[in-house]
Amino acid sequence: MHLVVASGKGGTGKTLVSTHLAWLAAGRGLETVYVDADVEAPNGHLFLAPAVEREERHALPLPVLPAGRCVACGACQDFCPYHAILVLPGTVLVFPELCHSCGGCVRVCPSAALSEAPHEDGTLRAGRAGPLRFLDGRLDVGEPRAAPLIREVLRRIPSGVFAVVDAPPGASCATAAALSGADRALLVTEPTPFGLHDLRSALRLCRSAEVPAAVVLNRADLGDDRPLREFLDAERVPLLAAWRYDPDVAAAVARGELAARRVSWLREAAERLLDVCLAPAEVARP
Amino acid sequence: MKQVVVASGKGGTGKTSLVAAFAELAGRPVVLVDADVDAANLALLLPGEDAPAREFEAGRLARIDAVRCTLCKRCVEACRFDALRLVERRLVLREIACEGCGVCAVVCPEDAVSFEPQRAGEWTVRETRFGPLVHAALTPGAGNSGKLVARLREAARGLAERLAARWLVIDGPPGIGCPVHASVAGADLLVAVTEPTPSALHDLGRLLELAGHFRLPAAVVLNKADLDPAGTELVAAAAAARGAELLGRVPFDPDVPRRLAAGQGLLAVPGVRDAVVACWRAVVRRLDAPGDGAEERQDAIV
Ligand code: SF4
Ligand code: SF4
Ligand code: SF4
Ligand code: SF4
Repeated sequence: MHLVVASGKGGTGKTLVSTHLAWLAAGRGLETVYVDADVEAPNGHLFLAPAVEREERHALPLPVLPAGRCVACGACQDFCPYHAILVLPGTVLVFPELCHSCGGCVRVCPSAALSEAPHEDGTLRAGRAGPLRFLDGRLDVGEPRAAPLIREVLRRIPSGVFAVVDAPPGASCATAAALSGADRALLVTEPTPFGLHDLRSALRLCRSAEVPAAVVLNRADLGDDRPLREFLDAERVPLLAAWRYDPDVAAAVARGELAARRVSWLREAAERLLDVCLAPAEVARP
Repeated sequence: MKQVVVASGKGGTGKTSLVAAFAELAGRPVVLVDADVDAANLALLLPGEDAPAREFEAGRLARIDAVRCTLCKRCVEACRFDALRLVERRLVLREIACEGCGVCAVVCPEDAVSFEPQRAGEWTVRETRFGPLVHAALTPGAGNSGKLVARLREAARGLAERLAARWLVIDGPPGIGCPVHASVAGADLLVAVTEPTPSALHDLGRLLELAGHFRLPAAVVLNKADLDPAGTELVAAAAAARGAELLGRVPFDPDVPRRLAAGQGLLAVPGVRDAVVACWRAVVRRLDAPGDGAEERQDAIV
């Protein structure tokens, strides 16, 4: 099963929830992989401290023009919807920051003048934290597009395991990429107007991606949770857990530790949440 | 006019409430942009009347003509975005994956593919008590957030010129990807908001690296500074190592979320107010100082 942990708003505790669920599941003897798909800000490794076993660079194919066959017909430039390729006298210019690596220009070129060369955009890592498998991706600074690297990280998930995917915050194309292939989503939120506003977008995204979603409320006592509860009732979205604010949890996060190692109520609460996540019938379709 | 981008590699560090406080301190008229278009929250803090929303169309989506399609699967194999799938003898387009590249139309032997424009979001201008706020809502899952941000900033620059505003303050998105690039390009100062945690420190490093990539001067505001004194020192050291000035340290106050929920800003919280004021003064000192090159940079961009 692929469980994606996401949040419309950043900083709500998505990594707290995802690292704990993965760690506890592996502790139960379940084959589990924690997948950090928040490739712009990958932080799961700080809490799980995995031993990295494999590290490789990821690259996208980008069009290049080897010397010779271009007849300057302009077909490639006319095709590219992102204006990423420009035909100039004697040469063809590709703008890597605009190119989506779709491969279309190479296909439409009538004289087969273009080929593709790898353009590196990030790093993929695989390892283990005790019994827990670990995967993450890290986008190179300066690269604009996270989605291709996210798709590649997800492709590395071994089949048949329980995968807990830490998604990028928000409701953009990067979050959408992380939701691809998910069996269900947990949306982590907080009881503030911000939390509720961003939860709505995240929920709409889950609906367009046809992924059933449920909600975890973090720092439940720091704010007013009534508007959130009313919204969830009206939308028939299950609220699976409400975790309170605890300075001990905040302190553990500040030290880069899994808080449940020391905070027993959190451990029990996360175990209960894991039970619900693993029990198929509990999460209603949105 | 000076453009200040407030961003944080990691979300949830309090950047939006800081922007709202800066708006109040900057003095009328300030022009504001909420560039966090897929989680736009600044408008929740700044009440006011919105102008009628404008559609933002960008890109296109493929559309398959089921009558013409013979299910040959050439498009499924050619699409690099995994947007086409054959499900139970039907070709299905996953709209949230389609990037509108047009490759499927090139390979289709039956001419079964057409395109429709994608509604990527909508945007508007709100009249707040500090000045106009340009904000938007991205269609969930839509790409083109960078283009939408560029559109908002263009509108904001026009407003700032018309109003002769001294300050344009941008609430930037989290992360380091395209919407962040679109938010910081050509700005005068990046204010990175962070907290004393390993995650925030890690993300701060990447954000400051991005600022370096764009040759953008950067400064740091350390929020919730008293939560972890050791972590605070690490953040200060990381900022110094990248040549980013530490503008100030804002203490943690559990009352802040409640105040925000009640429609009050950071400036209404006594222990927080002074620190936020000091941060804004440091921004002003930095950008108003003659001879820091900000004016030339602005000229170079315009
Ligand atoms: S690969 Fe696609 S996006 Fe890149 S230049 Fe060619 S047509 Fe344009
Ligand atoms: S389509 Fe091929 S031949 Fe025509 S301009 Fe482009 S690279 Fe040159
Ligand atoms: S337009 Fe491009 S992304 Fe969309 S379905 Fe066709 S090939 Fe795939
Ligand atoms: S290439 Fe054309 S005919 Fe073949 S499956 Fe795709 S849409 Fe249908």
